[in-house]
Amino acid sequence: MRNTLTIAKRELLGYFNGPVAYIVICIVLLLLGYFFWQSFFLMGRASVRDLFQLLTMFLILAAPALSMGLLAEERRTGTLELLITMPVKDWEVVLGKYLGVMGLYSTLLLLTLPYPISVSTLGTLDWGPVLGGYLGIFLHGGALLALGLMASSFTNNQLIALFVAAFLGFVFWICGQILPFLPSWAARTAQWLSLDFHLRNMARGVIDTRDLFYFFTIIGISLAIAFRSLESRRWRG
Amino acid sequence: MSDVMIEARNLTKSYGSVFAIKDVNFEVRRGEVLGFLGPNGAGKTTTMKILTCFISPTSGSARVNGCDVFEDSLGVRSALGYLPEHTPLYTDMMVVEYLEFIAAMRGFQGKEAKRRVKNAVDATTLGDVIGKEIRALSKGYRQRVGLAQALIHEPPILILDEPLSGLDPNQAAEIRDLIRHLGREKTVILSTHDLGEIQRTCDRVLIINEGTIVADDAPEALQRNQSARVEAIIAVTGSRGGDKASVTSAASTAFSKLEGVKHLKSFERGDELVFDIEAAESEDLRPKIFRAAVEHDLLLVGLRITSRDLGAVFKDLTVGSSSSASREKSGKRAQEVNLANDKTSRESEETSEEGGQ
Repeated sequence: MRNTLTIAKRELLGYFNGPVAYIVICIVLLLLGYFFWQSFFLMGRASVRDLFQLLTMFLILAAPALSMGLLAEERRTGTLELLITMPVKDWEVVLGKYLGVMGLYSTLLLLTLPYPISVSTLGTLDWGPVLGGYLGIFLHGGALLALGLMASSFTNNQLIALFVAAFLGFVFWICGQILPFLPSWAARTAQWLSLDFHLRNMARGVIDTRDLFYFFTIIGISLAIAFRSLESRRWRG
Repeated sequence: MSDVMIEARNLTKSYGSVFAIKDVNFEVRRGEVLGFLGPNGAGKTTTMKILTCFISPTSGSARVNGCDVFEDSLGVRSALGYLPEHTPLYTDMMVVEYLEFIAAMRGFQGKEAKRRVKNAVDATTLGDVIGKEIRALSKGYRQRVGLAQALIHEPPILILDEPLSGLDPNQAAEIRDLIRHLGREKTVILSTHDLGEIQRTCDRVLIINEGTIVADDAPEALQRNQSARVEAIIAVTGSRGGDKASVTSAASTAFSKLEGVKHLKSFERGDELVFDIEAAESEDLRPKIFRAAVEHDLLLVGLRITSRDLGAVFKDLTVGSSSSASREKSGKRAQEVNLANDKTSRESEETSEEGGQ
């Protein structure tokens, strides 16, 4: 476990040594600021639910941008070889990388805290849905980043990792948007698959174990596949 | 503990029907500096990647420091310091940050980690640059960071993949000294395609070609053993006949008839004739030549072994593809004595051997 944390720490510090993290965070915050406040005063409601809705869209591209380098870049430069020839288990590497990028994502979410705080000064804000929403968006981003890490484990090309992850994120997102056009049996599956749907539940302040289960399933499967793909180099055959 | 630090048994790695290495067997003992020598793509890196547990062999087994690479890969990796080809490093980190990260990965913390980092920095004389970002460093310094990284946990075994490639002669000399120094206590495997490097740094050399080992010996022994050469000098005045033409023909016939002679080349040097005689096997031809000279009344004024340089040995072992490799191994070259009398054909053969590749 100590190895996992060491890798996570290096990964997180690595983000702040390079430009990608700053660029992604700045763009997300700029877009968020513009779109959120624009509609906020039109609606005239003391709620930050829109904040999470906007984030889900931005994250389709932002999350893959953060996760694309995790394994792909290390593969390309060869540092992965050094890393996994140290006495460290493959799952520790995968988990460490994941925790590292989750650390960065948490930083991004912390930087959005001024929104609910300023909203609460403008009207009476119900903090229950806000907390639920933050937990939801944390897991939502966590799922996208896990998918991104998985995509990054297949290739040594960051762009491929970016596109694969963005595509997967888009599929999960679109599932929630096309419900009206689907027959009812397909609609239920699509709804269950949709990241949005589970997030919306939580943003209402309802923490349901089914929603938690959904997010953890996606994260678990993605990390497991990433682990297998890292480990596959040592398969005999 | 046994003295064998690394042991490879029938290591084979194939990708589909293509063999990267095939049935590789070798042992490395404590305190040995072993050089892997071979053309690009011969299987040096593949062998090293198997030993460091980065990839698995298709078949065969390897033990490092008593641990099997498949059964106990963590044990293997703890005993190893590894410098992969091209020295991959996290270039966005400072040297000291990077080494502290490696120390943490190796399980050292606090004061112990600091001490380890300091020792590695001292051993590789990185003191001047520890506060610099790795991307700002020259190739030579990066190479040293790579070595420092491999030394942090004071491993008994170092595996270095092309540690001197891409360095200028001064940098290479520094790194070579460092490796030599480390080799006093540690078992070192390094790969290279630079022959001089092998001669200067390694106790033993393992020549790999097309995935198989074609030679395994001390560099000097390889040089000596592989078709030994003798230079014989005959003075024209005082030999039978007394004129150059007859002495040359008499000596050529006399020497070429000797058993075990493969190539014969002669040229004039002032009033003397120099014969460059190559033996088919690693046999010392001097006694035979001396007797032949006496017998034919040739005035022998010089006789010495001229060892071939390792470059020629390397070429011999690796260029002629697998058929010549197996021939070398069985040492049956004597049967293929080539003593064409036609001087021109002999000379063109010589040139192609020297100037080829």
